[in-house]
Amino acid sequence: MATVPEMKTDLAVNVWRGNSERGGFTTFAVPRHDSQTVLDVVTHIQRYLDPTLSYRYACRVGMCGSCAMTVNGKARWTCRTSVAKVAADGQLEIAPLDNLPVIKDLATDMSGFFDKWARAKGQFKGPLTRHDDFAQVAPASKERLAANAGIECIGCGICYASCDVVTWRADFLGPAALNRAWTLVNDVRDTQQPERLNAVAGDAGCHVCHTQGSCAERCPKQIAPTAGIAGLKRLTARAAMRGEL
Amino acid sequence: MKRPGNFPDFRARAHPAYWAFLVHRCSGLALAAFLPLHFWVLGLAIHGEAALDGAIKYTDQALFKFGEWGLVVLLTLHLMGGVRLLLIEFLPWSGLRKNWIALALGCGLATGLAFALALLG
Repeated sequence: MATVPEMKTDLAVNVWRGNSERGGFTTFAVPRHDSQTVLDVVTHIQRYLDPTLSYRYACRVGMCGSCAMTVNGKARWTCRTSVAKVAADGQLEIAPLDNLPVIKDLATDMSGFFDKWARAKGQFKGPLTRHDDFAQVAPASKERLAANAGIECIGCGICYASCDVVTWRADFLGPAALNRAWTLVNDVRDTQQPERLNAVAGDAGCHVCHTQGSCAERCPKQIAPTAGIAGLKRLTARAAMRGEL
Repeated sequence: MKRPGNFPDFRARAHPAYWAFLVHRCSGLALAAFLPLHFWVLGLAIHGEAALDGAIKYTDQALFKFGEWGLVVLLTLHLMGGVRLLLIEFLPWSGLRKNWIALALGCGLATGLAFALALLG
């Protein structure tokens, strides 16, 4: 059994236990440390206080997108969220992401979230084979810059959990899938552009967005899905006027 | 899907772009609700000048004047919020244009004060 590191004061941590149908918050006292992240807190609870707590993480450095949770009411990547930043008063409330079915405790089922990426034609399909030379894309081109703005998405689901439109309309593709579609719309090599515009122009696509901006506010990678959604609105409207949709 | 008992929770929604959405939606609904009354009153003109004048005279009451003031403020907020949305959607991306949220509030305040002054004066 590992020993608990030296403690200063305790954090009062309310953690969601249960699933989508039933559950409630359980309070744990967790030792406070310097440079402590919210993921450290959850890990402490699971290792030292209650080994039945379920949660998900992998890289711990903000790359994999698997540790997102609702921290004091806001969706955040817990591995890069400092306790000092969000719990100045020593109180933490940790819950699973909204808008996703809860499997158990802090672990959500993200399959529906990623299915929507597929429905938004989030797959790249190029014209070349491995026998062809590399495609050349000018780094300073308009399309490359637009794709760059959204391409660092790590698929954490924070924007999706923060979006009221997803709550109101379960079939809405959501900010992450539409951001993915926008990066591919700006990929000059891709060969599925008409199909993609059709996929995002539907009743559950980009036009459903109400520009609440919560996705852009909460994205830990400072991506603004609203920008991509606005771009998709322009492109789909133009295509519709030309009779291409 | 919401967890039991976590809605409404405004902690995540407490940011200017969300407030702007709420103002735009609420003002839009209120203005839409007013429109049938507006058209009904205008439609009274079909029945002659007296019918229209009678209805317009009825709106001279203080409560209607207050409502009129509210309409002007709502129209200003909705107009400015609408311009902000058009800028977000049609111009190159420049953030959520929170400067326009502040401008919309300022214009709403200025219009409200000016209209109140005109009513009192």
